[in-house]
Amino acid sequence: MRGEKPWAALFVGPAVLLVSFYLVLPTLHTVYLSFFDRNSRNFVGLDNYRYLFTNASVQAAFRNNLLWLVVFTAGTVLLGLLLAVLLDRVRYEAVAKSIIFLPMAISFAGAGVIWRFMYAYRPEGAAQIGLLNQLVVALGGSPRAWLIEQPWVNNLALIGAGVWIWTGFCLVILSAAYKGIPRDMLEAARVDGANELQVFRHISLPQLYPTLAVVTTTMIINVMKVFDIVYVMTNGQFGTEVLANRMYKEMFQFRHFGRASAVAVVLLAVATVVMVINIRRFREEEGR
Amino acid sequence: MSRVTPGSVMSRALLHLIIVLLCLVWLLPTLGLLVSSFRPAHAVSSSGWWTVFATPFDLTQYTLDNYRHVLFQDGMARAFLNSLIITVPSTALPVLVAALAAFAFAWLRFPGREVLLLVVVGLLVVPLQTTFIPILRLYSQWGAVGTFAGLWLAHTGYGLPFAIYLLRNFFAALPRDLFESAYIDGASPWTAFWRLALPMSTPALASLVIFQFLWVWNDLLVALIYAGGTQEVAPLTVRLSTLVGSYGQEWHVLTAAAFVTMFVPLVVFFALQRYFVRGILAGAVKG
Repeated sequence: MRGEKPWAALFVGPAVLLVSFYLVLPTLHTVYLSFFDRNSRNFVGLDNYRYLFTNASVQAAFRNNLLWLVVFTAGTVLLGLLLAVLLDRVRYEAVAKSIIFLPMAISFAGAGVIWRFMYAYRPEGAAQIGLLNQLVVALGGSPRAWLIEQPWVNNLALIGAGVWIWTGFCLVILSAAYKGIPRDMLEAARVDGANELQVFRHISLPQLYPTLAVVTTTMIINVMKVFDIVYVMTNGQFGTEVLANRMYKEMFQFRHFGRASAVAVVLLAVATVVMVINIRRFREEEGR
Repeated sequence: MSRVTPGSVMSRALLHLIIVLLCLVWLLPTLGLLVSSFRPAHAVSSSGWWTVFATPFDLTQYTLDNYRHVLFQDGMARAFLNSLIITVPSTALPVLVAALAAFAFAWLRFPGREVLLLVVVGLLVVPLQTTFIPILRLYSQWGAVGTFAGLWLAHTGYGLPFAIYLLRNFFAALPRDLFESAYIDGASPWTAFWRLALPMSTPALASLVIFQFLWVWNDLLVALIYAGGTQEVAPLTVRLSTLVGSYGQEWHVLTAAAFVTMFVPLVVFFALQRYFVRGILAGAVKG
C-alpha cells in the first residue's frame, strides 16, 4: 500500500522511543559506567571487575548463583517434566496442574513469606509452628534453623522456595509439548513390547528436546536474576547473597555505582551467552 | 495400559501416590499461610496452624484482627490502593503501545523493520538490572523518583519487548486477504488496526493484559528502585517486605499481610487461568 512509511512511524514511534529510553540506552550506559569509580567521575579501567572477581563476599555471591543455576534449573525442569508425564495419565490432571501452577500467580515476595513460615524454627522441646520442623520432629529428628545453617542448608532452602514457584511454569510448557507427541507413535512402541520407561526414553524424550532446551534456557536466564526470594527471606544474610542482591546493596548501601554497574554487566553477559547458544542450536535444528 | 494386572494396579497406585504427595507439597504452604492469617496472635506463636483441624468448625479460634491490624495500622490498605494505581496504567499503556508497534511489524513495510524486530526480540533477555542506574539518575534529576508516572513509564518500557513479541506473532497469523480487501475499500492502516486487527486479537490481548497485570502487581524490584523508599507510592510487595523486616517472627501479622498481597492475583488466576496459561505458552522467553 502506498504511503505506508508515515503510518509506520506513527505506529512504531512510541514503542521505539520508550524501548530506547528504558532499555537500549541505559544498558549501553551501564556498560560504560562499569569502567568508572563510585561516583562515575574517574575512569578506573577494569578495577570494578577485578573487585568482583577477587572480593570474598562477591565470590560467595557468584558461588550461590552457581548453586542456584544448577539446583534450581535441574529441580524445576525435572519436576516439571516428571509431572507433565505423570499427570497425562490421570483424570484429575486439570486440578493438579492448577495446584502446581498456582504459585506462578502470586508475588515472589508473598511466596518468600509463605516459605519463611514453612521454615520457621523453634528450639527443641517447644511447639513447632513451621510445618517442615514439625515433620522433622514427628519423624524423631531435631528441629533445624533452615534459613541460618550455612552454607548448604539455607541456600538449598531458598532454592526450594524458588523451585516451588517456577515448577508450574515448566510443567505447563512441557505438558503442552508432551501432548503434541502423536499418540500412535507411543502406542506403536508399546505394541512392540516396549515398557513405559523405554517408550519415554526412546520416543517421548527425543521429541521433547527442543522444548526442554527452551524451558531450560528460560530458567537459566531467570535464575541469574533471582532477587525477591532472597531479599524477603534472608536479605542475603548468613551467606545467602546472590548477584542481583549484591548489586542492590552496591547501589543503595555502599553507593558504589561503578561496582553495581559491573555486577549488572556480568548478569547481562550470562543472559546473552545463554541466548546466543540457544539461538544457534535452534538454527541448526531448523537447518537439518 | 488397558490390561489390568496386579503389577499395573500397583503402578497406578504408585502414580496416584506420587501426584497426591506433590500436590500436597504445593498446596500446604499456601494453606498454612491462609489459616494462620485468621488465627489470633497468641495461637499463631504457640501452636502450629495444623492444630485448627482438630476442631475445624470451632469458629471461635478464628479472628479478623490480623487483617484489621495490617490494613489500617501497617498501611496495607494504602499500599493496596497504590498497587492498583500503579498496575492499571502500567498494564493499559504497554499493551496499547505494543499493539500499535506489533501491527506495524506484522503488516506495514518500512525501512529497518527486520533490524528493529530483531532488537526487540534481543531485548527480551536483557536483565532489568542493567538499566537501573542510568534511569534512576535521570529520574532523580527530574524529580521523577517516588512518582506514579515514573513507575508507569518504567513498567511500560520494560514490558514492551515481550508484549510486542507476543502480539506480532499473533497479528502476523491473521489472514492477509482481510487487510488487502480493507485497503482496497479505502481503509487506512489506522482503521485496519482498530477495526480489524484489535477485535480479532481479543484472546491474545486478554493473555497479555493478564500477564502484564500480574507481572506489575507482583513486581518488587522495579518498585524498590523507583518508588524512592516512601510509603506514599509503595505498592503491596514493597510494604510486605518492609513488614518482614520490622515484624520478623510475628507471623500473625506477616501471614495476613502476605495474603493481602496475594488476594487480587489469586482472584485473577482462578477467573482467567486459561488466558494466563495461553500467554505463557505463547511467549516462553519472558523472564
